[in-house]
Amino acid sequence: MSAVLKPETEAELSEMITAAPAPLEIVGHGTKRHLGRPVLAGATLDMSAFSGIIAYEPEELILDVGAATPLAEIECMLAERGQQLAFEPPDWSALLGAQGSGTVGGLVACNLSGPRRLKAGAARDHILGIHGVTGAGNVFKAGARVVKNVTGYDMPKLLTGSYGTLAALTSLILKVLPAPESEETVVLTGLDDDQAVEAMSLAMQSACEISSAAYVPGEGVYLRLEGIAPSVSYRRDQLGKVLKRGIEVMATKSSTAKWRAIRDGAIFIDNPRHPLWRISVAPSIAPGMIRVLKDRFDIRYLFDWAGGLVWLEVPPSDDAAQALVRSSFAAGHATLIRAPESTRAAIDVFQPQAAALAALSGRVKKAFDPRHILNPGRMYRGI
Amino acid sequence: MLTMPIPDQEVIARRAAIAAALRHIVPGEGVVEAPIEMRAFETDGLTAYRQMPLVVVLPETTAQVSAVLKYAHDNAIKVVPRGAGTSLSGGALPLADGILLGLAKFNRVLEIDYANRCAVVQPGVTNLAITKAVEHKGFYYAPDPSSQIACTIGGNVAENSGGVHCLKYGLTANNVLGIEMVLVTGEVIRLGGKHLDSEGYDLLGVMTGSEGLLGVVTEVTVRILQKPETARAVLVGFPSSEDAGQCVADVISAGIIPGGMEMMDRPAIHAAEDFVHADYPLDVEALLIVELDGPQVEVDHLIERVSEIARANNSATLRISTSEEERMLFWAGRKAAFPAVGRISPDYLCMDGTIPRKRLPEVLQGMAELSRLHRLRVANVFHAGDGNLHPLILYDANDADQLDRAETFGADILRLCVKVGGVLTGEHGVGIEKRDLMPEMFSEGDLAQQMRVKCAFDDQGLLNPGKVFPTLHRCAELGRMHVKGGALPFPEIPRF
Repeated sequence: MSAVLKPETEAELSEMITAAPAPLEIVGHGTKRHLGRPVLAGATLDMSAFSGIIAYEPEELILDVGAATPLAEIECMLAERGQQLAFEPPDWSALLGAQGSGTVGGLVACNLSGPRRLKAGAARDHILGIHGVTGAGNVFKAGARVVKNVTGYDMPKLLTGSYGTLAALTSLILKVLPAPESEETVVLTGLDDDQAVEAMSLAMQSACEISSAAYVPGEGVYLRLEGIAPSVSYRRDQLGKVLKRGIEVMATKSSTAKWRAIRDGAIFIDNPRHPLWRISVAPSIAPGMIRVLKDRFDIRYLFDWAGGLVWLEVPPSDDAAQALVRSSFAAGHATLIRAPESTRAAIDVFQPQAAALAALSGRVKKAFDPRHILNPGRMYRGI
Repeated sequence: MLTMPIPDQEVIARRAAIAAALRHIVPGEGVVEAPIEMRAFETDGLTAYRQMPLVVVLPETTAQVSAVLKYAHDNAIKVVPRGAGTSLSGGALPLADGILLGLAKFNRVLEIDYANRCAVVQPGVTNLAITKAVEHKGFYYAPDPSSQIACTIGGNVAENSGGVHCLKYGLTANNVLGIEMVLVTGEVIRLGGKHLDSEGYDLLGVMTGSEGLLGVVTEVTVRILQKPETARAVLVGFPSSEDAGQCVADVISAGIIPGGMEMMDRPAIHAAEDFVHADYPLDVEALLIVELDGPQVEVDHLIERVSEIARANNSATLRISTSEEERMLFWAGRKAAFPAVGRISPDYLCMDGTIPRKRLPEVLQGMAELSRLHRLRVANVFHAGDGNLHPLILYDANDADQLDRAETFGADILRLCVKVGGVLTGEHGVGIEKRDLMPEMFSEGDLAQQMRVKCAFDDQGLLNPGKVFPTLHRCAELGRMHVKGGALPFPEIPRF
């Protein structure tokens, strides 16, 4: 059991980081501890003191919160005012064998987004400001409590998805948006992989404003429409015309449950020993990728983001079939989100980068964390 | 007047040799060195500032951009990248000892991929040209800065440009999927592509809005969207800016995110009406244009709700567009607000702060007081939905004292924006214009951290120096800056 440091203030956090003789693993609720490569840390940096709502201004679309604020608490508070985090934060706790739904800081550190990312953008598109302490112990802030700002570099985006390798975040300013008044999900059945992606592409090219489009093999294509009720029903009818076929509409309750299941990778929960990849590609190449992989071994998969996100479960092996998985596409990236620790330590969990880009990433790391104190190795070896 | 870094006379003395070296990389008309020909590049949209560059180079290929930057890097010569030169903050202002790197020849649309809903274009393609290339299929590129007819997508990436529709559709950063770029060393890298999200650090997010300080963009992949089926606008006059501001807040609280929500104050209304005769009411203090877009049934429904909200907030006049002509007429005055103000004043400075919307009445009040103090008129147009103010300060550039007063007035407005919790710039960039105000918003530590990011991309500080940051630091010096007050905390702990 390694030592635990628990700072109460930014100043204390800065002192602890500056004084740390060995690397620190940053932890909120620990729900995403098994995401990324394992960190060889001398101590754990427990951020749980940085919790609480600093300001919530629904009419300004602004939420300012401590990084360790539980996500569930935030979502409840927003729902009371008819608002939401539009990027649809996933809850991978069941998938990763963790308890609870985690903190907002952990969510942002991993830049995780759900099915609505297709229309509303990713977590990174909703982070307006950050406060934190760099690996050099520098307390800094960037961004502000306004929805439109280009003053200085967009540090909030840089820190989002940096897996705690640059700075320990203490608070975040998020853009919140109205939750849709109603939703409907259209189901298309009897399609193969190619037809499914083609149908999703057609739907996305229409003016039907699809907010999410996913394909679950063996079930069908799900297309979600959200907004005010008359608009949703009108667009559902339009969708039938665009797709030139009869459509089936799910009941609201099962629609909500279905999108939650897709968001959280629920169909992959029952195989905890099987490595699970999330692969981001141009939607049109997804079916071809799967064709190649299906020929080689027994896989389970689903497409989200209209085909732009492939969830891929492969049979257990030491290297999670990384070479085969990564050779199945030319442009895009594959991230191993579930695998035993030994596998995650041995292979590239994140997509390897070309030399010049890898070197630049290394220099960015150095700009924040020259001593490699914060979560070193979490993303890439040496970063 | 703001000052630029002192030019390096030694570099200026090597001008002929530098031009010859560049000609070797970009033959023919790609190098411009005659003063009369370079005159076209001496300023950008911030016309109060002019500076002839050392030499202009107009490459046509990524390989040439790479060779130019490698040459500059190897020889420690500064480089100022430039798109169409429409920056309102002086982002493309040349340096006397710097190469001006123009991307105008990168003007081709490379690929349109409807199946994946994106377009791959060169950086010199104008913003509007992207929409023009895809509109026959019902698509468009969403960010629409008012300079969209002239500004280039490369410049949009550099400035993270916005427009009137960005509350609903986002800024450039939310609509760019990928770029190819050249580092100052000449290395070519790709960030993103047709897929979503970044595989490592979000360097695409950092590049977008980096104002030419981190690298040169040579290709851009943007998201294209299907045009909304229809759009209608409502034009509302209010007896006070408080009422108008409350109306905006109530619309958003009701869960409505309009496609556009613009406000004008009395001086702007009058200037616009005199110019385009859009039939704006003249006896109101604030005018609001709210545009709803989407399916007809949705637009009709929401426009009624917005109208009810406006009436509940004491609207003095209210008109709902009943035809496309009428909607365009509502917009005509707003879109012509800048030239309209240009008619009533020889020159104007366009400011660009963002504030929390609820602070609007007090900011307008403060601006009126500053207007009296500096003895200059001000007219306001305002992206009301996202709190982005564009105060236009009216002055005469032939009178040096007026330019001075206009700049001081502008700085005071931006200080006021920061004081109420806002920011220096919502969409125009820092450039040179707001450079010296950065400490109003950021501590020395905040700025040092941003400059360390700059060092990761450009360790010699050769790309667009003198912009964004009020002081120039050597990268090595920034690396030591985390030592606070000359003493390390916990001195007893061993370090390594």
